[in-house]
Amino acid sequence: MNKVTKISYCAFIYAFLYIPIIILVIYSFNNAEYSLVWHGFTLEWYRHLWQDNDLQLVTMHSLAVGVLAASTATLLGTIAAVSLYRYQFFGKKILHSLLFILIVSPDIVMAISLLILFSALKINLGFWTLLLSHITFCLPFVAVTVYGRLIGFDKNIFEAARDLGAHDFTIFRKIIVPLLWPAIIAGWLLSFTLSLDDVIISFFVTGPEYNILPLQIFSMVRLGVKPEINALCTVLFVITLFIVCVSQLALSKNKRGVNA
Amino acid sequence: MLRKLTFKNFSIGSIWLWLAIFALIPNLLVLLTSLVEQGDTELIRLQLTFAHYSNLLDSVYLRIFARSIFIALEVTFICLLLGYPFAFILARLRLSERMKSLLLLLVIIPFWTSSLIRTYAIVIILKAKGILNTCLLHLGLIDQPLQLLYTNTAAVIGLIYALLPFMILPLYANIEKLDSRLLDVARDLGANSWQILWKILLPLTLPGIIAGSTLVLLPAMSLFYISNILGGAKTMLIGNLIENQFLAARNWPMGSAVSVVLTLLMALMLLAYNKSRDNNVETDLL
Repeated sequence: MNKVTKISYCAFIYAFLYIPIIILVIYSFNNAEYSLVWHGFTLEWYRHLWQDNDLQLVTMHSLAVGVLAASTATLLGTIAAVSLYRYQFFGKKILHSLLFILIVSPDIVMAISLLILFSALKINLGFWTLLLSHITFCLPFVAVTVYGRLIGFDKNIFEAARDLGAHDFTIFRKIIVPLLWPAIIAGWLLSFTLSLDDVIISFFVTGPEYNILPLQIFSMVRLGVKPEINALCTVLFVITLFIVCVSQLALSKNKRGVNA
Repeated sequence: MLRKLTFKNFSIGSIWLWLAIFALIPNLLVLLTSLVEQGDTELIRLQLTFAHYSNLLDSVYLRIFARSIFIALEVTFICLLLGYPFAFILARLRLSERMKSLLLLLVIIPFWTSSLIRTYAIVIILKAKGILNTCLLHLGLIDQPLQLLYTNTAAVIGLIYALLPFMILPLYANIEKLDSRLLDVARDLGANSWQILWKILLPLTLPGIIAGSTLVLLPAMSLFYISNILGGAKTMLIGNLIENQFLAARNWPMGSAVSVVLTLLMALMLLAYNKSRDNNVETDLL
């Protein structure tokens, strides 16, 4: 393969991945309700979004669940990664594979398993069931992200700290967490985007009184295409785009830090 | 000493507790639900039965399964076909570290951003008065708009679009680790491009291929909202079947049985992945 073919092939794949999104963004500024022809620039649809009380409430719901779920999942996921890295214990291998399986397994399988759990426990679907579910599906992603950084560490640091008399909790607080900080931030940000974007699991485990953004978008898309959806999707895409970029930056910085 | 034990036990205990309550027990409950009868007033009746599994052999369900698996295989195959050369070129590009991580980031972004939004973007393109039809009309290639949306093809395109990054990233990770000298040696020894591909490249990147295929194949059977938004009345994925049994038909045991089958399928894929990795370790040692 010559260089031109290679580059044009890559360009083709990037175009495939990005052109639909770019078109979506452009049309969110189009001053026409249904037409695809360009009728001039407008912020009308964004103004509609801004004034939609219903949408504001749903957005608040999504942000609340996202922040709480990401924070709890980051705490638990970091603890899980550190335990897997430092300790020998019963069922360690199982824990390792369980986290891996949770990442690979189809969302719908986890969705109905949680739905059955909540209905067996007779818990009403709503905020709490949504939060617990989001923590559960974010947790393995944090664990893997943090664990990936931990294996780059020099184990002697911990031995040295222990020789100098540090307890496990002190080692965790004073050595592991500061060294892992970028990976922990990346884990939090990725959890937040996962939570903000999840459709399938939320679809099953939330009730009508606690609607969230992706489900609102899903029903809007199913009911019919209104130009506000373009604007809403653009806003959500730009937010997640920003978060993903920051998290990748944190991870790459961390990598360099470990190697140095 | 006491404090050390406390922190260690607290860590391991809390993580195990969480996963037991929210991952292990729920999945056991699914298995249990799939083995009891559907209730009349309650959702289930505690009466052991294998009827839901034997019902799955009914022609209606078998057809849905077959169609969904066919779509998923189609999507996986096309993703592999598109993604493999891309990952290969990307992994071996001679560029600065910075440029390379930027190009990789452009694959990671769609990996993490909402596939719902990206599915909606496809709607805009495929609509009757959408971009694609407008372009084709203007070019004079067609006389009237094609019905692209609400077809099987639209669902397949949507799935490929949503899942391509899930194929590219594991392949990239695998190919990047490959020792490129192996390819040079093979060429020096007189292997042609086909031989290099079949005898060296594919066997060595098999773990990446299987990992990518797993990450594409399973969602391609279960992302019900994509077929819901893009597909036609007949486009039914296994995910749609489960959703339907749980929310519309209120037949939880049947839906659970379908989910158990999906889980078994996943287990098979993971076994294949482990085996391919083990085999590769052996070749490494040789």
